Amino acid sequence: MNRQAQAVVLLLLGGAVIRASVTDLYLRYVKEGLRPFLIAAGLLLVVAAIMTLWHELRPAAPRALVPAGGAADGPGDAPGPGDAPGDSAAADHDEGHGHGHHEPRVGWLLILPVLGLLLVAPPALGSYAAGQAGTALSSQQQSDYPPLPEGDPVQVSVLDYASRALFDRGASIGDRRVLLTGFIASGAGGEPILARMVLSCCAADGRPIKLGLTGDVPAGLPDDSWVEVVGRYSDRLGRDPVNDAEIPYLEVESWRQVPVPRQQYD
Amino acid sequence: MTTETDQAAAAGEPEPPAAGAGVATRVRVPEPAGEQPPRRWLGDRIGSVEVLAALLVLLIVFRDPLAAALDDPRLQTWTTVFVSIMVQAVPFLVFGILLSAVIAVFVPRSFWARALPRHPALAVPAASAAGVVLPGCECGAVPIAGSLIRRGVTPAAALAFLLAAPAVNPIVLVATAVAFPNNPEMVVARGVASLVVAMVMGWLWLRLGRTEWIRMPRRPELDDASRSRAFWAAVRHDVTHAGGFLVLGAMAAASINVLVPERWLQNLADNAWLSILALALLAVLLSLCSEADAFVAASLSQFSLTSRLVFLVVGPMVDLKLISMQAGVFGRRFAFRFAPTTFAVALLVATGAGMVLL
Repeated sequence: MNRQAQAVVLLLLGGAVIRASVTDLYLRYVKEGLRPFLIAAGLLLVVAAIMTLWHELRPAAPRALVPAGGAADGPGDAPGPGDAPGDSAAADHDEGHGHGHHEPRVGWLLILPVLGLLLVAPPALGSYAAGQAGTALSSQQQSDYPPLPEGDPVQVSVLDYASRALFDRGASIGDRRVLLTGFIASGAGGEPILARMVLSCCAADGRPIKLGLTGDVPAGLPDDSWVEVVGRYSDRLGRDPVNDAEIPYLEVESWRQVPVPRQQYD
Repeated sequence: MTTETDQAAAAGEPEPPAAGAGVATRVRVPEPAGEQPPRRWLGDRIGSVEVLAALLVLLIVFRDPLAAALDDPRLQTWTTVFVSIMVQAVPFLVFGILLSAVIAVFVPRSFWARALPRHPALAVPAASAAGVVLPGCECGAVPIAGSLIRRGVTPAAALAFLLAAPAVNPIVLVATAVAFPNNPEMVVARGVASLVVAMVMGWLWLRLGRTEWIRMPRRPELDDASRSRAFWAAVRHDVTHAGGFLVLGAMAAASINVLVPERWLQNLADNAWLSILALALLAVLLSLCSEADAFVAASLSQFSLTSRLVFLVVGPMVDLKLISMQAGVFGRRFAFRFAPTTFAVALLVATGAGMVLL
């Protein structure tokens, strides 16, 4: 891969990252807080591409002008690998001349993330990933929860409901009606459950929060359909077959299908 | 023997005082001649740019079949995980590369001789401590360590920095505290164990390491007369080089993420020793960002605290994407010795720290 091609790849990569971060595409892969860094990194990549092309297309004028300085520095100068003694530097030197100045071939692989972002744009993690991993609730245990905000039904996140239901045995929920948004996945016996993925950094560490459903269970929806359910606390508990963790339940009063939200992770 | 060469590289900067300013402007006379021809004979008719253009056109034409082929949920999850690892890593990679290009082009060699203790055995803890204050993730640390070695820092110190920087910086420690609200001792154990591993590896390198294992690619462009030219050439080279190896590592990690179901781990959690080994291996395979791994460790609640500590200590130091990047930046002979040794040391130290502190 020569330098012009590298510049094109950098340009594409920077462009893809910028495009993903000015649209909401990046929210499928990383946390919202990373956005300014993504934009900055994308811009830097574009600048690096432009500077590379600029230097490539302009003849390297100053080289011939400093023979004196070069000669003076010449003998003591073994600027190969900083630590390498003379012989290995020489070996590298020969190699360098053997097939010219070799440019990293591995750089071709950078086309893959460009493709992933520009052409494929895979969806956010959904029911398949939720089925593969155990419910992630077991981690953040806490004993006193603040009272729920005002509202009837009160809007809470799947994560918030699940931790209140599990670690607080529903005490801070009482008989309030709650409104949750999540997607449908299949539980241990194939029954529909409500799930939402939580991220701490990127989708590679995405873990599901799973809720069992009783009462007016959403029926006839394929996996990955997004729903809004209104319900009350249920003291029923299930177990996640994947990691043997407890799964709290929700007594559903009503539900409706909703479009995919902008921010799919909790 | 290695100690002497290391020492020579670090302290005995042989250049006259002018070297500090002179390095970056040094011109290698044979280089310009060696640079032009390959582009000619590689690109007789079809050069990389043409190949790239054709490839992109083909991909755009076959976009729909490509999307259809990715419809399988397994493949789709793979793609999502792969793309997200890359998106997450790009800012860290780019900022790490910028810093490493600054080190390579603008910071004079003499600076490191003054900044680090002269004796390599003392430079190791100093470099590890420098890692504590530099927030970054492991993708950025690899090119920085490469630059440090190039600029005459003793490899032992640069390697200690490489291991310490992603593991014990403030962001990572705060993330660990947030992920383990009921076990603040986890933060202490992680910090201490990671620092110890970094220093032990540095000192091990002083005793056993051979400089010829590190085979860094020649970088004539760093000696370019124009600093702007040298700087952007370093950035371009590092992004395509380290970035390419990052892609390799991300592909491996995404495959593991999809292919190894968490169910398998369940059976290992009951055996204390097996669970330690299992989580150490999982840390290597998953290649999580060091800022995120604490949350994953917290969710592996069926495992003992000690085994999760091992997961947190091994992960930022040895994982698939790091091995891939180290092989690219320092050479394969180095990576294939360094990674298993680091793995063993991290496993032992973290297990010991877990037994004492947790």
